[in-house]
Amino acid sequence: MRHIQKVRAAAVALALAAALAACGDAGDDSDEGADVEVQENAADEFDDGTRMKELADSGSVIIGVKYDQPGIGFKGATDDMPVGFDPEIGKILAADLGIAPEDITWKETISDNREPFLQNGEVDLVIASYSITDERRAVVGQAGPYYVTGQQLLVKSDSDIDSLDDVKGTEVCSVTGSTSLENIEAEGAKPRGFDTYSECVDQVLNGRVDAMTTDGAILLGYAAQNPDQLKVVVDPFSEERYGVGYSQDHPEMCEWITDTIEDAQEDGAWAEAFEATLGKSGVDTPEPPAMDECPAA
Amino acid sequence: MDDLLDQYDLVLQAFWLTIQLSVLSGLCSLVLGTLLAAMRVGPVSVLRGVGTTYVTLVRNTPLLIIFVFIFVAAPNLGWFTDTAFLTLGVVTVSLYTSAFVCEAVRSGVNAVPLGQAEAARAIGLTFAQTMGSVVLPQAFRAVVPPLASVLIAMTKNTSIAAVFGLMELTGRMRYFSNNSADDTVIFLVFAALYIVLVELISAGAIVLERRWRAAR
Amino acid sequence: MNTSTVLFDTPGPRTRARHRLYALVSGVVLIGLLAWLVWYLYDQGELEYDLWEPFLTPAYLEVLWQGLLDTLAMAVLAILLAVVMGFVLGVGKLSDHRLVRWPSWLIVEFFRAVPLLLLIIFLFLGPAGLTSYWSVVVGLTLYNGAVLAEITRAGVLAVPKGQVEAAYALGMRKTQVMVSIQLPQAVKIMIPAIISQCIVALKDTSLGYYVLAPGLTTVGRQIWTEFGNQLQTALVLAATYIVCNLILTALATWAQRRLVGERKPIVHTIDPGMGQAGPGLS
Repeated sequence: MRHIQKVRAAAVALALAAALAACGDAGDDSDEGADVEVQENAADEFDDGTRMKELADSGSVIIGVKYDQPGIGFKGATDDMPVGFDPEIGKILAADLGIAPEDITWKETISDNREPFLQNGEVDLVIASYSITDERRAVVGQAGPYYVTGQQLLVKSDSDIDSLDDVKGTEVCSVTGSTSLENIEAEGAKPRGFDTYSECVDQVLNGRVDAMTTDGAILLGYAAQNPDQLKVVVDPFSEERYGVGYSQDHPEMCEWITDTIEDAQEDGAWAEAFEATLGKSGVDTPEPPAMDECPAA
Repeated sequence: MDDLLDQYDLVLQAFWLTIQLSVLSGLCSLVLGTLLAAMRVGPVSVLRGVGTTYVTLVRNTPLLIIFVFIFVAAPNLGWFTDTAFLTLGVVTVSLYTSAFVCEAVRSGVNAVPLGQAEAARAIGLTFAQTMGSVVLPQAFRAVVPPLASVLIAMTKNTSIAAVFGLMELTGRMRYFSNNSADDTVIFLVFAALYIVLVELISAGAIVLERRWRAAR
Repeated sequence: MNTSTVLFDTPGPRTRARHRLYALVSGVVLIGLLAWLVWYLYDQGELEYDLWEPFLTPAYLEVLWQGLLDTLAMAVLAILLAVVMGFVLGVGKLSDHRLVRWPSWLIVEFFRAVPLLLLIIFLFLGPAGLTSYWSVVVGLTLYNGAVLAEITRAGVLAVPKGQVEAAYALGMRKTQVMVSIQLPQAVKIMIPAIISQCIVALKDTSLGYYVLAPGLTTVGRQIWTEFGNQLQTALVLAATYIVCNLILTALATWAQRRLVGERKPIVHTIDPGMGQAGPGLS
């Protein structure tokens, strides 16, 4: 019995200590993205029976984004909303449905759960640095591209790696289940798959791996966070076209996503979203890419 | 299935890595665990305390968190930055498993009836003789089944290395099931490889147990 | 307490003095090591307030608390389901019918031999397409259910044979004997082992990290991604798990004394540590 008492005493002491000292205020700098204009009476614009109509009527939408990619999609443990270019695109789309940013339900996705999330309806849209590929288009719908980037390498500032040939035999990390990891394995590097990009960056920073590889847009965000320690090298050696994922059960969404993003590209909302997020890492706002045609229904 | 056949070398590499992780961690944790057990049953009170504290802390912490300490937190302090992933994986798994090996060995030693050693000493055997011919043979026999369980659990636990960049079986399965529709087939293939390892350990334990039982 | 063991005779006065000396020396070394560690961490700036601040900030404590609740909920739910599965399969393994016995045996052996993480990934990404939360719960259920099936079997077999014979003599049928004589007594013997299995399940909820399931480790990662305080977060998480598990261990020890008495625990060879009502190795 003495055992239990000891444990109980320890628990009480801990609780007391926490109560007495609970006066920290870590992580208080909030970072709002660009403003969006929420459409009024949006539901009237859509035909009956479409998924857009349903969503507009229900007044809420679930969007899957990344939580660990500064610039693209990032959310701290206590933040209410993720920030980044992807969430901004999500807000633009939701606004067209008459849904205010605070009514969007955000869900964290990692690289290899994006298709399952769409297929079993856990999210309505995936906007999560989601490259358009034929394999993916076979199982889910992808509208876009709303942004084009390419695979590059992130290395320490004093690293010798500056061409793709240099990675042979080195250890390069990326996210398990990403195409980047397969590409770099094909280049002769030893692949080190991690769960999220943030862990991968830590490995580069502390020197456990020689480089990290993924889309340049993501790498630039990290390089901007640690400008003294990290740099992005190598010309993009692949073309990654980010698309908005939707379920194949609702093919009508493609036309809507494409039109809405094209409107945003024209009226400057797209550029505004970019400047408020990725643009902060010092990248010039590019020309918006041309969107693909939607597959005939 | 086609993916697996086309890239069978990747599967084999992963299997080999899992085997390396298991065998090396197994050896290291046997040594470390026996040392810990010696501390825990020894006469020096401080060492007993150290052993007990280590075992209590480690046994109650998830292995994943120990991986975080060794693979993420320590390198941030400048430790192990040049250590190979395999070595570091072995270190992590061994640190964790040795606590369980310690308990298995200790229970084995405690399973030897006190009278056995007393009788041995009474008939004038030296300490070495008592240990070598009376206590240890009986302790080994008692320790085989729990030790086999520990090693089986350890082999399965090496899968957690997949979370931290080692492309062993579990990491590869994730890679394959991400690239293919035959998730069930892929799962069964990789599960079967683990089952092979587990059954090998079980079989080894049974053989050892039989041999030592015959020696009685 | 160690006045006499199989390893050495009760020490005499001179040996005791020598042991005291060893203790003193190792104690000094230990204190030196600890002092060095604290100094080292201080020197490296790991004790700075900024890195610990989240754990004193109410908003983050709330998030951690929620993570702990999720972790506990997953573990408890999984164990409850696993107990049901364990009963069914454990009794199935004891069945007289080969068609029941064999599948039960196969299921138990399979889920005991496959790493839990592999199973969770399959449930998450495979055709089952479960959510991350349910991948962890179902994975834990299948694994722990298989272990508990063995415990059930051992528990039923541990019921004295005379009980069963007496029941048959009274004219009870096989099912009646199992349901009203064997199982109730087996449960009593099994409870400490079930509580110990809770510890295994609780530790294994940490694997949810790999599939983004809610819980302590996932919350922990969010915190260290934001603050870069991996060491501090890992220490806090480890302490949380240890406290929870020590409470469970105490509970299991108490249940062992109360329900089973000082008799040897039933399942010595099945999973390490379980016999001592301690945490298993998963």
